[in-house]
Amino acid sequence: MVERSYEKYFRQNRLPHLWCPGCGNGIAMKAIVQAIEKKGLSQDNTVIVSGIGCSSRASGYMDFDTLHTAHGRAIPFATGIKLANPDLNVVVITGDGDCTAIGGNHFIHGCRRNVDLTVVLFNNNIYGMTGGQASPMTPLGKKATTAPYGSVDRPFDACKLAEAAGATYVARSTAYHVQHLVNMIAGGFDNKGFSFIEALVQCPTSYGRKNKMGSPADMMKWMRDNAVMKAAWDKLPDEQKAGEKFPIGLFYRDTAMDYDTAYDQVIERAGGAAK
Amino acid sequence: MKSEISIKMERCKGCGICVAFCPKAVLAVDELGKVQVVHGDACIGCGQCELRCPDYAIFVDRIKEA
Repeated sequence: MVERSYEKYFRQNRLPHLWCPGCGNGIAMKAIVQAIEKKGLSQDNTVIVSGIGCSSRASGYMDFDTLHTAHGRAIPFATGIKLANPDLNVVVITGDGDCTAIGGNHFIHGCRRNVDLTVVLFNNNIYGMTGGQASPMTPLGKKATTAPYGSVDRPFDACKLAEAAGATYVARSTAYHVQHLVNMIAGGFDNKGFSFIEALVQCPTSYGRKNKMGSPADMMKWMRDNAVMKAAWDKLPDEQKAGEKFPIGLFYRDTAMDYDTAYDQVIERAGGAAK
Repeated sequence: MKSEISIKMERCKGCGICVAFCPKAVLAVDELGKVQVVHGDACIGCGQCELRCPDYAIFVDRIKEA
């Protein structure tokens, strides 16, 4: 067997990873390194920043300069890294609870500033690591340990949130659509500005078991059956958008001045930095 | 065999994703909870198992016929 080329991006002595059997985080992590490989980003010039949660353990397995930060605060740390050294490619790995609950404010303000980051949100619809509590992205009516009769809180659509807050690249894909996910993340690397990619991943242990979704493979088949490519979604009549169907693909693309450039202009206006 | 399946046993957690997505029922999870090749000859080398393995444990290489 020829060793796969993406293996060099993993810390081999740390594998196998600690995620549960069938967890989709492993698929999303591989998609990130494959996107990095596809875009030819160097290991020395790429920084991985993550928050807290199942998803955020990914930084520990990736052979780059990595930073495992405070809960919800991955984007502020990443903003600091980017401002200190704008030549770095900064990738943020975060989860649905980390990004939209604990770090909700940091997320929208990162979008608003249009910092040149690539944020990959591993959305497993639940707080997996802490025991399956409902997160802000647990779908309405789905069960969690803190919502035994189904969640009453309406969930966030993180992609719409990012778009409304000012992100310049917004996309969604799933752990089933692996190559599509790689392309969406790679597209985020191309965008100079805040790129947000939501990767829907299965959590068979906390979310799937609680909601009787079956095996990890069954959960991936659910993604296959319910995800609709954006082009097809736009043509769907409204009555067919009901139920559990959701769109995937590139939702939004815009060009706006990124934060590094804006800050350079401030430095210029203030008389220029000492070279 | 048109393809060669390699498994890194220490990485396999026996989640069964590769088994479920194999179109030719080549794979099965054994009683130890690890994936096994049971019908190697039926493999068409599509790589669905490798594509979706969350633990990077299974690899498929097509063998060029001489």
